[in-house]
Amino acid sequence: MPQSAEKIIDHTQLFKEPEYQEMFARKRAEFECRPSEEKVQDVAEWMKGWEYREKNLAREALTINPAKACQPLGAVFCAAGFDGMLSFVHGSQGCAAYYRSHLSRHFKEPSTAVSSNMTEDAAVFGGLQNMIDGLQNSHTLYNPKSIAVSTTCMAEVIGDDLQAFITTAKQKGSVPQDFDVPYAHTPAFQGSHVDGYDNMLEGILKHYWIDATPTPDDTINIIPGFDGFCVGNIREMKRMLDLMEVPYRLISDASDVYDTPANGTFAMYAGGTTAEEAKAAINAKATVSLQEYCSKRSLSLCRDKGQETVALHYPLGVSATDEFLMKMSELSGKPIPAALELERGRLIDAMTDSSSYIHGKTFSVFGDPDFCMGIVTFLMELGAEPLHVLATNGSKVWAKKMKKLLEASPFGTRAQVWPGKDLWHMRSLLMTEPSDFLIGSSYGKYLERDCKIPLIRLSFPIFDRHHHHRFPVFGYQGAIRILVQILDKIFDELDGQSNVAGKTDISFELTR
Amino acid sequence: MTKLRQIAFYGKGGIGKSTTSQNTLVALAEMGQKVLIVGCDPKADSTRLILNSKAQLSVLQMAAEKGSVEDLEPEEVIRVGFKGIHCVESGGPEPGVGCAGRGVITAINFLEENGAYDDMDYISYDVLGDVVCGGFAMPIRENKAQEIYIVMSGEMMALYACNNISKGILKYATTGSVRLGGLICNSRMTDREIDLSDAMAKKLGTTLIHFVPRDNVVQHAELRRQTVIQYQPDHPQAEEYRTLARKIHANSGNGVIPTPVGMDELEDMLMDFGIIKSDEQMIAELEAKEAIAKRVATDAAKRAAAAA
Repeated sequence: MPQSAEKIIDHTQLFKEPEYQEMFARKRAEFECRPSEEKVQDVAEWMKGWEYREKNLAREALTINPAKACQPLGAVFCAAGFDGMLSFVHGSQGCAAYYRSHLSRHFKEPSTAVSSNMTEDAAVFGGLQNMIDGLQNSHTLYNPKSIAVSTTCMAEVIGDDLQAFITTAKQKGSVPQDFDVPYAHTPAFQGSHVDGYDNMLEGILKHYWIDATPTPDDTINIIPGFDGFCVGNIREMKRMLDLMEVPYRLISDASDVYDTPANGTFAMYAGGTTAEEAKAAINAKATVSLQEYCSKRSLSLCRDKGQETVALHYPLGVSATDEFLMKMSELSGKPIPAALELERGRLIDAMTDSSSYIHGKTFSVFGDPDFCMGIVTFLMELGAEPLHVLATNGSKVWAKKMKKLLEASPFGTRAQVWPGKDLWHMRSLLMTEPSDFLIGSSYGKYLERDCKIPLIRLSFPIFDRHHHHRFPVFGYQGAIRILVQILDKIFDELDGQSNVAGKTDISFELTR
Repeated sequence: MTKLRQIAFYGKGGIGKSTTSQNTLVALAEMGQKVLIVGCDPKADSTRLILNSKAQLSVLQMAAEKGSVEDLEPEEVIRVGFKGIHCVESGGPEPGVGCAGRGVITAINFLEENGAYDDMDYISYDVLGDVVCGGFAMPIRENKAQEIYIVMSGEMMALYACNNISKGILKYATTGSVRLGGLICNSRMTDREIDLSDAMAKKLGTTLIHFVPRDNVVQHAELRRQTVIQYQPDHPQAEEYRTLARKIHANSGNGVIPTPVGMDELEDMLMDFGIIKSDEQMIAELEAKEAIAKRVATDAAKRAAAAA
């Protein structure tokens, strides 16, 4: 065997050894019933064409590789942004394991959530007993300051009523009567993680605002929304707002819990919006959401409490950051400080320095509805041309808004918008109408491989590259970072196309 | 605008729940109330007497056609029928497949979120049979129906169902604001029906709101897909429904937390009324029957012996 304790070979090397190669070949020949290599090639070629694309786009009853996750994932993320709040997922256990691993794989951090572990009997008799026992165990074992309850498909299908269950559990002494247990129904078969985030946030605010009457002050609430870059983004946001001296309050701040230090002590909870802050949030003069599609219900609740609300679309790049800062200035009466104006100038300078490389390059984009709007806005500012813009969890209304955004710029004229489509659709789109680059999550790496279009990882989840989320994409600083990431890819491509000595190296430039 | 009142009609299948509710709601609409009926029965027949047509397209049917509930607009599923009553059916799967309870949850959430309840005086949920699962309990959850009216009759199974539904209400009443508004007896002309219904109501800690006598005109109207008030507005039966409507209208806030009884207590009551018999009674009757059969057999044997 090629593997030995003295010299351990990594699997990327190991499986290339003759022993394994022979084993794979035998398996293919004897057990896989594969069609001939020729046939496989023919079909693969056919799948690159327009005929297959039309069939693919006409697909009705099947989704392949959707670029979205389910509601409870968003709910767990949202609750993680509150101080000492433990996510309690009412339903079967595997679901909770999925949310935890999904978040852990992205942030490379532990992700905490408990499950009420409903099994066959709970499906028949209802999950009340699981709620009673589960709340008690969670409260005793993990010592949270509050518990946020969300639901999986199973609890939703049998119609478990969280409000009644939690009240009953409290009556039975699972947790003290005055212990905070906000909740949200988050059926996983409806909407996506952005809706789950919104539902949970609304549930938490409703819980803390019940029976309270607002006494308006001059603070501004900020709802960041579901964001894989929350660690870097929220810190950047705080930095900008502190520079401006705006009295703000973040509602759901997961920047610390997904970036705990290795100092010898495991921190199950870290940072986040406190219960006092959440309660005081009712008094804010305004609530600004950085992602409209993560906060429709929550903003509507804020409006009901007499607050002014503003919904942005993941403020990336120049104009979106301008809009955010001007809005904050308008709401708070504080001027935008010179330091931020300087950063803006530096960003513009960087953009012009590299304009000749990025201008006219085409980009396809997939991700959450707000992310798509944010990145497309910035791409067009850079003189890049969006080609395919796809959001599996984007609605027809989103598509309309997106088209309007694209129509407003000469760089948007070639773009096509694809609401509700999945990444297998994207494969056909890129095969028939390829763009120069692709922007999306790690799931785009299969498209990169098949379509030979370089992937730039900028949306959740990023499983196969580390620590990107530690750096912001928001604000002028974030825009520079995205610019650098895009440029690095462009230059790597250029070098790759010109690096054969004596053949293509006439363009193998030292200076780009 | 007066405060929105949400009520629900529950009862054993086939008891005349939809018929009674629709006739009563028409009478409420006659009184100037703006009413929305939410049919929570997969058969989607809770509104046919108002719309004078066969079952309307349901929320779930439309959602299935369009792909998802999010693609629906309230105008597409709400139809306006007799006396301006707004009608919607949640709908659900064919018998034997899927989950009708989930359908009820989906439909009610959709209606609430999309403003179908705005500017209404009454929302009335018409719910099939027993509270069989969490979905069919949706209308009695917090912030939904405040008063439940159970349609029943003097028949044994109707009384069982009545007691069961009260158990469902009790479950939610202790943690929320749902209350039992009262019983409505839809007469089946059984023995001592009024007394029995009254006794049942007392056991549950509530009142018999109204006793609706049986009259063929209800069937005649129903054959024409109409309520009695539309078919023969001057008929005494129409007046019965108007009385019931007035009683319900005046019953706001009078609901109670029901006190459902155990199986034994329920059966004791039914025995007192002669609906069912006790074990001793049944054994005595059986013995009497056997004694007669024995005597007949002995007599026959004697006669045969004498003939020989």
